Amino acid sequence: MELMVHDQEYMSSGHVGCPGCGAAIAMRFLLKALGDKIIIILPACCWSVIAGPYPQSTLHVPVIHSAFETGGAVASGVKAALDMKGDKETTVVTWAGDGGTFDIGFQALSGAVERNEDFIYVCYDNEAYMNTGIQRSSSTPYGAWTTTTPGDEWKRLRKKNIVEALVAHRIPYAATANIAFPEDLVRKAKKAQSITGSKFLHIYASCPTGWRIASELSIKIARMAVQTNIFPLYEVEDGVKYTINYRPKEYPVSEYFKLQGRFQHLTEEDLEHIQKMVDEDWALLLRKAGEHPS
Amino acid sequence: MKRVVEGSQAVAEAVRLARVGVISAYPITPQTHIVEFLSEYCANGSLKARFMRVESEHSALAALIGTASTGVRAFTATSGQGLALMHELLHWTSGARLPIVMAEVNRALAPGWNIWVDQTDSLAQRDTGWIQLYCENGQEVLDTVLQAYRLGELVNLPVMVVLDAFFLSHTYEPVDVPEQETVDSFLPPYEPKFQLDPKDPCAFGSLVTPNIYMEMRHSIAQAMDDALRCFPYIEDEFEKIFDRRYGTVEALYCDDADIILVTTGTITSTSRQVVNELRAEGEKVGLMKLKLFRPFPVHHVRSVLISAKKIAVIDRNFSFGAGGIFAQEIRAALCNEPGHPPVYGYIAGIGGRDVTTDVIGEIYRRTKNSEAPEAESIWMGLQEV
Ligand SMILES: Cc1ncc(C[n+]2csc(CCOP(=O)(O)OP(=O)(O)O)c2C)c(N)n1
Ligand code: SF4
Ligand SMILES: [Mg+2]
Repeated sequence: MELMVHDQEYMSSGHVGCPGCGAAIAMRFLLKALGDKIIIILPACCWSVIAGPYPQSTLHVPVIHSAFETGGAVASGVKAALDMKGDKETTVVTWAGDGGTFDIGFQALSGAVERNEDFIYVCYDNEAYMNTGIQRSSSTPYGAWTTTTPGDEWKRLRKKNIVEALVAHRIPYAATANIAFPEDLVRKAKKAQSITGSKFLHIYASCPTGWRIASELSIKIARMAVQTNIFPLYEVEDGVKYTINYRPKEYPVSEYFKLQGRFQHLTEEDLEHIQKMVDEDWALLLRKAGEHPS
Repeated sequence: MKRVVEGSQAVAEAVRLARVGVISAYPITPQTHIVEFLSEYCANGSLKARFMRVESEHSALAALIGTASTGVRAFTATSGQGLALMHELLHWTSGARLPIVMAEVNRALAPGWNIWVDQTDSLAQRDTGWIQLYCENGQEVLDTVLQAYRLGELVNLPVMVVLDAFFLSHTYEPVDVPEQETVDSFLPPYEPKFQLDPKDPCAFGSLVTPNIYMEMRHSIAQAMDDALRCFPYIEDEFEKIFDRRYGTVEALYCDDADIILVTTGTITSTSRQVVNELRAEGEKVGLMKLKLFRPFPVHHVRSVLISAKKIAVIDRNFSFGAGGIFAQEIRAALCNEPGHPPVYGYIAGIGGRDVTTDVIGEIYRRTKNSEAPEAESIWMGLQEV
């Protein structure tokens, strides 16, 4: 199958991510979609390292590394300066991890979106603080081991639904995307770029190191997340218009969990419980999209 | 019992032994191992504490302000950016007179992301009303956390136990980890002097007009003085039980020294070696390690340093536009003493660069061979860029 994504690269080989790093793949496709008339705001995350140490940079576009909690605010300031300079062409893009988005950076993100700042906020989601060594975040899913949810203290709380939180701001555009579905990802990034106001992209990005999976399973796991309804592909316009972009095969979730080291402790009972939660979330999403179970 | 543990684990062991009730922290390299050990202890039941996995350092300390105000022993740990983000609440903790203890792993501040050791993060918080104790090795870290609870709860002030990134936080050493009963005999359960209690309703932190705010601030100043006065007594008790003491400052060969090096943290260990070697060569050199930085032990510092001919302070930190922070404080402590020795300020090891025996040896020789300091701050080992 031929990929309908162009060959132009805006990222050098030789980045310092782990083999199979989903975050590196996500960035590569995002840049292909947005081109090089962009400025990237990069709050602390794995990508602060992946981008390369001084004096190197793996990205062919301007990057401002910024404090962990400031992704929404620094972007607002960059955009204001571009406005003052009369630059209407450059797209401002914040690129943050789940910790920098769901947790410590949520206040700055919420503020920027409420002001409807004209920028794209991209969260690549690897479901924990990976840069600092796999600590839980509010994006860590129910059932996961992390170094701060060890042993029998595995996380028994649901993952925060960040897209719905942004939708509640009536953000002009919010969408999920996934490294196993690059064409969908590229289309959504381009669409975001064409809309004025705040845009939010939530990209599922596997992390072999933190999830305790083989690096060659990175894409397979990402695809399974969609096919099991764990991470549905959908978009929401103006906070009201929901579109489900892909109707998954609706495989049972257990296979997804069994492939990953971080879930090895879960019993059949736990998996049934998780299946129920996933079904419930999916039904809720269908209702919002005005669709019906297949 | 002696065990070989990481500096971070020495912190975690002390927190377990102190029977802390609530821990709230946010991960940041190089503090993460402390948080992970404590998560582990809470998960396996060896520490019966509530571990709050909050969404930022700001919330970590704010949560503990709630905890300590409700009368429960509280602990947090952070580094660099995390401490900087806590700044507002650092003032709040001391203003509210809450004896929270924090382990602060010295880390360089961004930008340029740098996870390695540099003391500017904790020293930039010197005016926040926290007691600050700097540690040299794993044993001192464990002991100091226990002392910190005694001291903080006695004077109702928060305490920062400061340790170097990696050189201490990630280094394994034999550490005597005492038995719980022994620690209990030194550190009794926390008895808050005030707390939120529906049976005795009080309002904390209300609007305070100029006619009383100043007196409140003065009482914090007095509590700091009390801390300085009481620390030796707490160490007396500690020594009786554990047979170890550190002092607000430690003076090595200072009595007859012409030149005294002043150090903190792990640079002290390397300096011990250098000073011993120089002494063996007949050099009249001494070493003063500063442990207690806030409150600043002015009188101890003066009495140790006053009769030397020159003082050489090694600062792994910098206050832009002023100089090395320890050097400034030492100068201030000496300035009212007639005929005090000149203070040479050396900047070394910024952002995690090694401060080797060679660097310290050179600092000694430069001090010895110059009539007067060539500059307020002398940066060691700068490369041409
Ligand atoms: C104020 C502050 N606290 C903590 C840190 C340490 N820190 C850097 S990156 C990071 C985790 C990042 O997690 P996430 O945003 O999910 O990105 P990931 O590393 O997983 O890709 C943390 C805790 C920091 N840089 N600043
Ligand atoms: S830890 Fe995970 S997210 Fe970070 S570089 Fe490695 S694979 Fe990528
Ligand atoms: Mg993450």
